[in-house]
Amino acid sequence: MDKLTLEIVTPEKRVVREEVDEVVCPGIEGEFGVLPGHTPFLTALRIGELSYRIGGAHKYIAVTWGYAQVDGDKVEVLADIAETAEEIDLHRAEEEKARAEAILRGQPAEVEFEKGQVSLEKAVIRMQVAVKK
Amino acid sequence: MAGSRDILRRIRSVKNTQQITKAMKAVSASKLKKAQAAMLAARPYANMLVSVLGNLAARAPREYHPLLAHRGCRRIEFLIVTSDRGLCGAFNTNIMKRAVALYHEKKTDGCDLTLNVVGRKGRDYLVRRDYAIRKDWTGISGHLNYSHAQTIASEIIENYINAEVDEVYVIYNEFKTALSQTVIAEKVLPIEPPKTDIETASGDYIYEPGPEAVLDTLLPKHVEFQVYRALRESEASELGARMTAMDSASNNAKEMIAKLTLKYNKARQAAITKELMEIIGGAEALK
Repeated sequence: MDKLTLEIVTPEKRVVREEVDEVVCPGIEGEFGVLPGHTPFLTALRIGELSYRIGGAHKYIAVTWGYAQVDGDKVEVLADIAETAEEIDLHRAEEEKARAEAILRGQPAEVEFEKGQVSLEKAVIRMQVAVKK
Repeated sequence: MAGSRDILRRIRSVKNTQQITKAMKAVSASKLKKAQAAMLAARPYANMLVSVLGNLAARAPREYHPLLAHRGCRRIEFLIVTSDRGLCGAFNTNIMKRAVALYHEKKTDGCDLTLNVVGRKGRDYLVRRDYAIRKDWTGISGHLNYSHAQTIASEIIENYINAEVDEVYVIYNEFKTALSQTVIAEKVLPIEPPKTDIETASGDYIYEPGPEAVLDTLLPKHVEFQVYRALRESEASELGARMTAMDSASNNAKEMIAKLTLKYNKARQAAITKELMEIIGGAEALK
């Protein structure tokens, strides 16, 4: 069966470069799956969980902002931050979540509120990914 | 013997200095390795960013986005990247000389200029010479990461759009090898999209949420990344320059120690000879 080449890069490093069977990305307009033979596709990503499957094994990665480009049998993901389940410190993610919640509870001004919401979202996704080692 | 004791003291102090320069050289060499690795690690991202951007920009008119549009070059902004710390040879002097030369060149062409600077050394240089600095960032070198670039880039973009700056240049030291670096002035705004012919940028892409919207978010990313790359290059260059400077300092110290040792030995011998002469002279007188 055909394979997809998945490549995930951040400005700081290349996170993944693997032959995979299926990729599921958190697109800005909803989650989408990619199988070999997908039509050319370019989308922005939101904060979310990206997963891919090699054979029967699933792997999960937390991504923050970025783009996914599907071209032929290549899936290229550009993300600001991409962390594998192994890299995430669950304890720290929990702390972040608590901190973000505290900010939001203080009923901050608009800008602060947005910031708080974003970091809350990040923390939640991190925790979600971290437990799927 | 008073003279020779002074020389001994000097030898000791030069040796101490030599130890420091040697240690600094070793430290910069190992940090340089890390910095180079970080630079290489950024390369796949750069390649992909350029390919995605080329793909998109090929189908958007230039006037579409303010970050792409040419507006002439009446108001120009510089971002000068220097280091926080000295002891790295001519690293900071080179870049500041070039930046100031460029500043005056543009000024005589009738442009308005504003200056931004990264690094304590560059800031001090400009302050001493009474240049107005719009914005400066210090304390980055040593623990540079992507969020620094994001902060700087968003500030620049905001100013570019609000204050109607026409062009923005980043001036930084590009890392060639550990021994050499060249000063580069690179235009980051307006963005020159990489050329992709429409053929290869296959027309049947599906865009979510639409090509314009993707481009809107992608362009600031591109600026961010350019800044990030300049910071990385500059960091590696700084370490390379420091390594070379410290190497030649250690060599100079070695030379100086050799010279002083010779001088010390001569002085010692002269003292012994003098003493001998005195003894012989005394013995002669008793005869």
